[in-house]
Amino acid sequence: MILFEQVSKTYPNGFQAVKDLNFRIDAGEFIVFIGPSGCGKSTTMKMINRLVPHTGGTISINGKNITKENPVDLRRNIGYVIQQVGLFPHYTIEDNIAVVLSLLGWKEAKRKQRAAELLQMVGLEPDRFAKRYPRELSGGQQQRVGVARALAADPEIVLMDEPFGALDPITREQLQNELIQLQRTMKKTIIFVTHDMDEALKMGDRIAVMKDGAILQFDTPEKLMKEPVHGFVETFIGKNRIYQNPEYISVTDIMRDNPATATEILSPAKAMSMMRQRRTDTLILVDDRGTFCGIVSAYDLQSKLEQIRTIQEISQPNEPILHQSATAKDALIAITTTKFGILPVVDDKKRVVGVITRSSLLTAFAEHWAGKEVT
Amino acid sequence: MRGSLWEQLVKQLGMRWEDLIVASAKHLGLVSFSMLIAILIGLPLGILITRKKILTNWVLGGAGILQTIPSLALLGFMIPMFGIGMNTAIAALFLYSLLPIIRNTYTGIQDVDKSTIEAAKGMGMTGTQILFRIQLPLALSVIMAGIRTATVINVGTATIAAFIGAGGLGDFIFLGITRNIDALILLGALPAALLALLLDYLLGFLERVTTPRGLKI
Ligand SMILES: Nc1ncnc2c1ncn2[C@@H]1O[C@H](COP(=O)(O)OP(=O)(O)OP(=O)(O)O)[C@@H](O)[C@H]1O
Ligand SMILES: [Mg+2]
Repeated sequence: MILFEQVSKTYPNGFQAVKDLNFRIDAGEFIVFIGPSGCGKSTTMKMINRLVPHTGGTISINGKNITKENPVDLRRNIGYVIQQVGLFPHYTIEDNIAVVLSLLGWKEAKRKQRAAELLQMVGLEPDRFAKRYPRELSGGQQQRVGVARALAADPEIVLMDEPFGALDPITREQLQNELIQLQRTMKKTIIFVTHDMDEALKMGDRIAVMKDGAILQFDTPEKLMKEPVHGFVETFIGKNRIYQNPEYISVTDIMRDNPATATEILSPAKAMSMMRQRRTDTLILVDDRGTFCGIVSAYDLQSKLEQIRTIQEISQPNEPILHQSATAKDALIAITTTKFGILPVVDDKKRVVGVITRSSLLTAFAEHWAGKEVT
Repeated sequence: MRGSLWEQLVKQLGMRWEDLIVASAKHLGLVSFSMLIAILIGLPLGILITRKKILTNWVLGGAGILQTIPSLALLGFMIPMFGIGMNTAIAALFLYSLLPIIRNTYTGIQDVDKSTIEAAKGMGMTGTQILFRIQLPLALSVIMAGIRTATVINVGTATIAAFIGAGGLGDFIFLGITRNIDALILLGALPAALLALLLDYLLGFLERVTTPRGLKI
């Protein structure tokens, strides 16, 4: 666990790069720092391994104040990956990976074995790559080695400063996915700096948006997209960003919340007039507690009008429904499997709380895209 | 007429080859000894000024000024301190060799990629470990270039040491000038040139065999 309390940094030239940072990072979290160039992301990160000494406040790791620790020991227990990779050109790949291990006094055989293990882990064939030199590798391969090197001593915390910033989009995406995979299995505390909002939303459990040396918002991607702090964060994320990520939109935000409901014992004639009145072509059937029982369509009603006594006889009880915790993405997928283009949204007790229709989905997205063009 | 220059040269060589070998050895001694001291002092100084920035300009400036003093004048200055002979010559040659060594050590270390150093630091290397494992190996070729430059200059400058009685190949040149025998001048100059080339080649070879494969282009 990393704790920042009123941390600030003033560089020797008098420039205050970050001011009054207060946050807490729990073990196993994937934290992303994002913000415009010069906002203090790297400074914040480097204060954690004391590459940049902070000038105010307290930083502690697992309850221990980092200024009380030997910086060299501190760094050997924190992985560090930078955009320029910074491999040692005169070391073989395996020696590069094993640098920290040799600093920690591991025996050569053990180092080699661990290096091979790590190469495998980052998707490089040890037999092919262990004895090569950095300049014999592509940029993407070099950064894989950079990641392997940071993980060598199995540190609890890994700092990554724009690690994929210099890679082409395809390699970048590959490495992002692999890092997410690695993180799932290893559960490191990762602090990751990026410029790229898509990358931040994809990787982060929580995202800190920085500007001018301060954190403006520190939230989950979902929260950040849904409720960006008014002003900078909103524009920085892009107001309509969430509509590119429907998995972050709750169905309760896009459903209509006074659906036309009726009880099963309703007569066809009354049902007909109710549909007209509500200008709808479907009715959701509920019992007296509001629990979902089925759906009746205007088409069925019309054609069976004379043959039935209550609408229960033409009810379709097996149509898909959505729980209120579902997302707009779930709705988009489920809507295609419905017969009538309508999805009742229910709570834990299966009581109908709202409805999503093709048109309400369309409206929800269209409004935001249209809105985006105007602004 | 005393015959062609070539004949003269052969004749002089026949007469003085024993002296020539002694003089060459002495010349080599002057160069090696002064270079050795220059490396022992220049290298640490070069390293020091990468770490203590306030000293950088002073040290480089000082060594630069030394370099501009005409060699005869420098020898003249040194005589009161070290007397006539070897000591003065070595002291002067040492001072001349300092600048290329200090400067190349400094720039060699300074030019090591900043991100490489940052990575090394971030991994928990101490300053000394960074110096010996990263900075010096990566700066080696630049430092060696400085040493080679200094050596070549040094071999030439060392001929002047004969003027203050330090001996070496300069003796022949000096003698040739005073007696107006061109062949004698050549007898000093040619071996000096050969010696410079030889040393340069040897140092280059040494550099190549010590360069790690990852750095070879
Ligand atoms: N050594 C230093 N001395 C003085 N000012 C510095 C120093 N290092 C950084 N700064 C300043 O501190 C501010 C924050 O720098 P930092 O490197 O943390 O920015 P960043 O958010 O990482 O930017 P980028 O996205 O461009 O990497 C910048 O304005 C920078 O100019
Ligand atoms: Mg940065």
